[in-house]
Parts: sequence; C-alpha cells; structure tokens
Amino acid sequence: MKIMLVDDSRTIRNIQKNVLKQIGHTDLIEAEDGVVALGLFQKEVPDLMLVDWNMPNMDGITLIRKIRETNKTVPIIMCTTEAEKSRILEAIKAGVNNYIVKPFSVESLQEKIEQTMAKIGAA
Amino acid sequence: MDVRFINPFVKSICNTFETMCSLPVTVKKPEMKTDNGPTSDVSSIIGFSGDAAGSVALHFSFDTASQLATKFAGIDITPEHDDFADAIGELANMVAGGAKAQFQGVDVSISLPNVIVGLNHNLSASKSVPRIIIPCDTELGSFIVEIGMILTKQPAGNVAETAGALS
Ligand SMILES: [Mg+2]
Repeated sequence: MKIMLVDDSRTIRNIQKNVLKQIGHTDLIEAEDGVVALGLFQKEVPDLMLVDWNMPNMDGITLIRKIRETNKTVPIIMCTTEAEKSRILEAIKAGVNNYIVKPFSVESLQEKIEQTMAKIGAA
Repeated sequence: MDVRFINPFVKSICNTFETMCSLPVTVKKPEMKTDNGPTSDVSSIIGFSGDAAGSVALHFSFDTASQLATKFAGIDITPEHDDFADAIGELANMVAGGAKAQFQGVDVSISLPNVIVGLNHNLSASKSVPRIIIPCDTELGSFIVEIGMILTKQPAGNVAETAGALS
C-alpha cells in the first residue's frame, strides 16, 4: 500500500512517516508542494494521500480539485492548520475523505488514517 | 491592535505546544510592545490578510528554539540542522491557524511561515498598528509571542456575538 505525504514542512512529513511506520506502512512517498505531488500522482496513483492545505507553488485544495477531475476514488485525508467550519466544508466539497486539524496528537493521526482505510476496505 | 484578538492566540499557543510537544505553557499578562524590545535569536512570522490584517511572531532564544524544535520533531534539532527553521515555522503556522479559526465571522487567510535567524535581532513592525507582547513560559524555556491585528472589514452577522466570541 503506497501512501503519499504532501506537506511543505519536512518536520510534519517526518512525524507522519513515524506514525505510519508504527502501524506497518513503509511504502511512503513525499512531496513538498502541490506541483510536485501532482507530478508524482500522474506517474503512479497512490493508495492513500495525506495533503496539507497551505503550501507554496500549489496549495492542497487546488491539488485535490485537480486530482478529483480525473480520479474520484483515491482516498485523501487533509491534514492542515485550517480549522474553520467553512474551510472543512470547502475541502469536503473538493472531495476529501477525512480531515485532520493541526496541531494533532499521534493517536488522533493514527485513528484518522485507520478510520479512512477501514472505510475503503484496506485496513 | 484589537484586544479581542488576544484570547484566540493565547488558547492556540497553549493547544499547539501541549499537543505537539506535550508541553504546558504558562501565559503571562499581555503587554504593549515598546520601541526597545524584545530582542531574540529566532523569530517565526505568519501574516494575516482578509477581514483582518496583521501578523503574529514567535520569538525565541537559540537554546529554547532548539529544545522546542527537538521536542516537536522527536529528533535532535540544533540551529544548524536543516529542519530547524522548518520546525520553528510550522509551530508558528499552527499557532496562527488555531487562532484564526476562533475569529468567528472574521474570515482570514494566513501566509506561509517566514523564519528569521540571527543573534539578538529586533523585529521592527508598522508603528500604525500597536503590537502586543505575550510572554510565555515552559519548562524548556521562555518565548514571546508578538501580535498586531486590525479589523479591515466589519464582521458578517451579529457583531456583538462576534465580539463576544473574540473576547
Ligand atoms: Mg503547510
């Protein structure tokens, strides 16, 4: 199971990687903005994506809209500091499957990932 | 400076460091920023735009910044580490995002983090917006949060309610 981590903060990607490794996921790819993520996505569609909102070059909400133009099924979890109800609704409209607000605890991140994978029948 | 913005920042500072660093923060009484202070070694700044405009800056000594970054990242992060500015910037990003989510009826966007590293620097900001200093203590050291925010648009909906939410 290939998981793509998209966040401009390497520290956040490292924290996410540690959590994913703890629950047995080692096939991980990383992107530091939406442009890089879209390039990787077009080469190979991952099984799950964790996507930040605020990033340089292309933000996460734009990335998700672009992905959903051609792919309605890849599970996407947004992981962001954007916490307003209006932003969460905007993300749901764009097609996210789950939403994690930063700051997050390791437990809540783990739970949201497992929840999303259970929903898609991959847990 | 609209004082109603202070509380969302205080709550967000506590939540960010408690959640990401398992570190309780003691927030001291906010005070007005004067011309001659504070100086710090590391500053992480996030700008706000939209219905309110301004910025928040987190100011640290090198020692406190590396201890907090280390706790946050879970690996040893000295000021020379490649991820030092990244970690400090992301903490400010979380403080800013968590605060603005509490500005009910006031729609604000945040900038990407900017991190300034340099021994004993002083951040000089616009004199037209008074700025507030919030001293914060943790067991890994003290830091300062500086905020300057003004409303650029009257909040939508019930203003009294919004004021209540911000106070
Ligand atoms: Mg980001």
